[in-house]
Amino acid sequence: MDPLAAIRETFFQECEEQLAELESGLLAMEGGDRDPETINAVFRAVHSIKGGAGAFSLEALIRFAHVFETALDEMRSGRLAVTADVLKTMLRAADVLADLVRAAHDGAQGDDPRAAALADELKAMSGAAGEDDGGEEDWGDFEFKPQLVAFEAAPAPTGFLVRFKPRHDLYAKANEAALLLRELSRLGDAQVELDTEDLPPLGELDPEAAYLAWTVTLNGDTDETTIREVFEFVDGDCELEVTPIGGAPADPPAPDFDLSALLARVSDGAADDAPAGDFGAPAADGPAAEAPLADASVVELPLAANRPAPEPAAETQGLGGHRKSEAGATIRVDLERVDRLIDLVGELVINQAVLAQRVMEAGLARASAVAMGLDELEQLTREIQDSVMAIRAQPVKSVFQRMPRLVREVAAMTGKPVRLVTEGEGTEVDKTVIERLADPLTHMIRNAIDHGLESPEKRAAAGKPAEGVVRLAAMHRSGRIVIEVSDDGGGINRERVKSIAVERGLISAEAQLSDEEIDNLIFMAGFSTASEVSDISGRGVGMDVVRRSIQALGGRITINSKPGKGSTFTMSLPLTLAVLDGMVVSVEGQTLVAPITAIIETLQPKAEDVHSLGGHARVISIRGGFVPLIDVGMALGYRPEPLSATSGVALLIEGEGGARAALLVDAIQGQRQVVIKSLEANYRQVPGVAAATILGDGRVALILDIDTIVAVSRGELRKAG
Amino acid sequence: MSQTPNPSGHVGAGMRELISFRIGAQEFCVDIMAIREIRGWTAATALPQSPSFVKGVINLRGAVLPIVDLASRLGFESTQANDRNVIIVAQIGEQVVGLLVDAVSDILTVTDDVIQPTPDVASETAKTFVRGLIAMDGRMISLIGLDRVLPDMELEAA
Amino acid sequence: MSMTVLTVDDSRTMREMLRLALADAGFRVVQAEDGIHGLEVLQAEAPQVIVTDINMPRMDGFGFIEEVRGDPKHRAIPILVLTTESDAEKKNRARMAGATGWIVKPFNPVKLVDAIRRVAA
Repeated sequence: MDPLAAIRETFFQECEEQLAELESGLLAMEGGDRDPETINAVFRAVHSIKGGAGAFSLEALIRFAHVFETALDEMRSGRLAVTADVLKTMLRAADVLADLVRAAHDGAQGDDPRAAALADELKAMSGAAGEDDGGEEDWGDFEFKPQLVAFEAAPAPTGFLVRFKPRHDLYAKANEAALLLRELSRLGDAQVELDTEDLPPLGELDPEAAYLAWTVTLNGDTDETTIREVFEFVDGDCELEVTPIGGAPADPPAPDFDLSALLARVSDGAADDAPAGDFGAPAADGPAAEAPLADASVVELPLAANRPAPEPAAETQGLGGHRKSEAGATIRVDLERVDRLIDLVGELVINQAVLAQRVMEAGLARASAVAMGLDELEQLTREIQDSVMAIRAQPVKSVFQRMPRLVREVAAMTGKPVRLVTEGEGTEVDKTVIERLADPLTHMIRNAIDHGLESPEKRAAAGKPAEGVVRLAAMHRSGRIVIEVSDDGGGINRERVKSIAVERGLISAEAQLSDEEIDNLIFMAGFSTASEVSDISGRGVGMDVVRRSIQALGGRITINSKPGKGSTFTMSLPLTLAVLDGMVVSVEGQTLVAPITAIIETLQPKAEDVHSLGGHARVISIRGGFVPLIDVGMALGYRPEPLSATSGVALLIEGEGGARAALLVDAIQGQRQVVIKSLEANYRQVPGVAAATILGDGRVALILDIDTIVAVSRGELRKAG
Repeated sequence: MSQTPNPSGHVGAGMRELISFRIGAQEFCVDIMAIREIRGWTAATALPQSPSFVKGVINLRGAVLPIVDLASRLGFESTQANDRNVIIVAQIGEQVVGLLVDAVSDILTVTDDVIQPTPDVASETAKTFVRGLIAMDGRMISLIGLDRVLPDMELEAA
Repeated sequence: MSMTVLTVDDSRTMREMLRLALADAGFRVVQAEDGIHGLEVLQAEAPQVIVTDINMPRMDGFGFIEEVRGDPKHRAIPILVLTTESDAEKKNRARMAGATGWIVKPFNPVKLVDAIRRVAA
């Protein structure tokens, strides 16, 4: 890639980090954080974005970032009071900045009217703080203004007389008189005179002081601006006079000082004498001081005598004391390489399983050295797999960070004051899971505010604070990640949910449903089809879509709602999409894998518990309740007639938003972790099959898509019933 | 020279290498550029809700490979696969697919001009898959295009 | 041996831009992410010139320059301040702290290299 294009990508990546930093800083401030470092970090974020935008000439971004930065600087310096209103504006500005960054990334360079409006607000804020933000003072220019006019009016001079007398400060800042003279000599024919008039007797010489001055006669095609530019960095640290010489070149005021000789000394001696010298730093007048003196060693003596006491060693070490190396803590790796590694480890796991099976088949004793070695190999393989998976793991922070903005927007749209509380942002899960969490979380949080939270009036009437709370939390629980979205709103209006479900033909009007079953109705496809159902469903986004995307990740979603207290949606997801804990079963000679997370229990159906509903539809009574009994062999088309229930094993599973069913299989082979292989890579999606895996015998086994199987059978059940 | 097997494997300009195979009494060929490897038959795992010409999937070094019974796909009687059958592993676009055939017979090097167009009398199936005919040593070999071998996603995804 | 330049900037983008510009000009580039990191790198690398940003976490450019100027071993190293700051106050503070010169961001690579050559022997 073109190196600049690569840096541009880096810039946009870094922008995302800065935007996240900006937002979390502003939110912390909103929460009362007044740590100067927080304000500084916020300022720095915008400042950095502006800096990078400048490098790539992203004008719209630069303009907005500049105004934003100015306002933040006012805030940082205390001239602009940090009030709730100011922070709200800053947060909106952060959103606009994020949009501008993304627009710039996409190559758009138009002006966002929102940006213009907000820029005006920010300017008003900065202005009100008593400072004009009157644009940029270009401090690169102020050194050379008036001379230019005079210069043009006068007949062109043929040369300049430059008198230059460094002050001590010039050397203290590591500037070098000799380098300035070298620079000057490049502008034309230079004759340099060293003025040692101020040099005190040796005994009085202060090694830190500056005594020397130079007069340079410069002939050539140059101008005063260019000459003064040479001294740009030392402005104020030296006396400088630049006088044009008209007509014929002025006679050198004194015998020539050989500049080239001086420069030769500088380049030979500078490294030893001044900059790298182990004392006194920029030695007064540096190597140039040697020039007028016949014997350099004479100068050195007093310098050495007056050498400042060495700085206490402790100080330098103290410097090291608070150093904390952060470099090398992380490396950036191409995702493709990680995925290749994960694939290979998957192969390793399969091969190890194949080997183990072969060894078993060979009839070796479990205690034999080979079998024991194989156990160790299995352990090791598992550890390698876990470690490799951990490479792809990332904190959920990246997706949680997008939510505050959403909350602000939905809060503004609905007119409900909302506070978002996030917990467990550092909880790690596979990168792909994180990426695919954004959409369902967005829908759920929008629903929580729009439909979960009551209006401020209703809240007041219920004795609740006007500000609603939406909580987003992540945690690890038994090898899975659990994410909760909860609100302190009114809870699910069960009567209304039920009547909608009846209205939409999802349940019969006579259906007797538990509270839990009613709550779960909202996950049903077809529950929310239109926006007028504004009680629970979102704008065209039904909870069934949310549930499906969570299930597509191998996850489950449940709801727990308490009238008047609010609702909690709990999602449980696998930490990685690459492996799955499965129950290996046989069906009509085929080996299949059922995800263990869906299985509640396994049971041996008794004849008296199984009831036919006509056709092939059957239900099984489990602890007094009836659940559909689904023959997996038939559902997948492996056999035309169902298996006799008593000759198989039933897996009681929970799918469809908590709905239960029993899957009838021929036999259970055991439990094991399997590596998930895509069927779509070389084929396509197959109904009833979630993916494939490769078992110990080297053959492909299909992983059941339990929800599809249940949904299909349910449709048949309804037809039958 | 254009119709003889090419032991050197060297292919000049305007020439193609084809791999020919037998399904029953018929001979077919495909472009060798699409072929990854040829391997013996291994039992496939049946896929539910799939067309009859999809025999199932096998494990090809960790990848899940669908097996298409080419006889059945071309409208002949389906192959009762056994150890004598072979699987031609072919790259079709982004996907890798196994083609079940009776036996591989030859590698042919031909120039484009010996490939004759499919006659209009051909059946719909032939028009779908047969890209041309090659007459050689009194045999007729149909050149198969592989792009339509897998079932259509849109048609059967329901 | 080519001249070693230490760049201190918290922005990855700026560090990469600097590296590109300086490496093209034949300098050896060593980098640090903030003032404290800069002081560490300084001990290990002995650069001939330092280019530093001002706004950085942990230790900003002012603090960094003061530390360098207060360290007898390194106080003679020319330091160029690289910043988008456009007000005179920032520049003056940097100069008070001991900056040798400055470069205004967004920098022109030629001017950057030019400025380094101006302050380095």
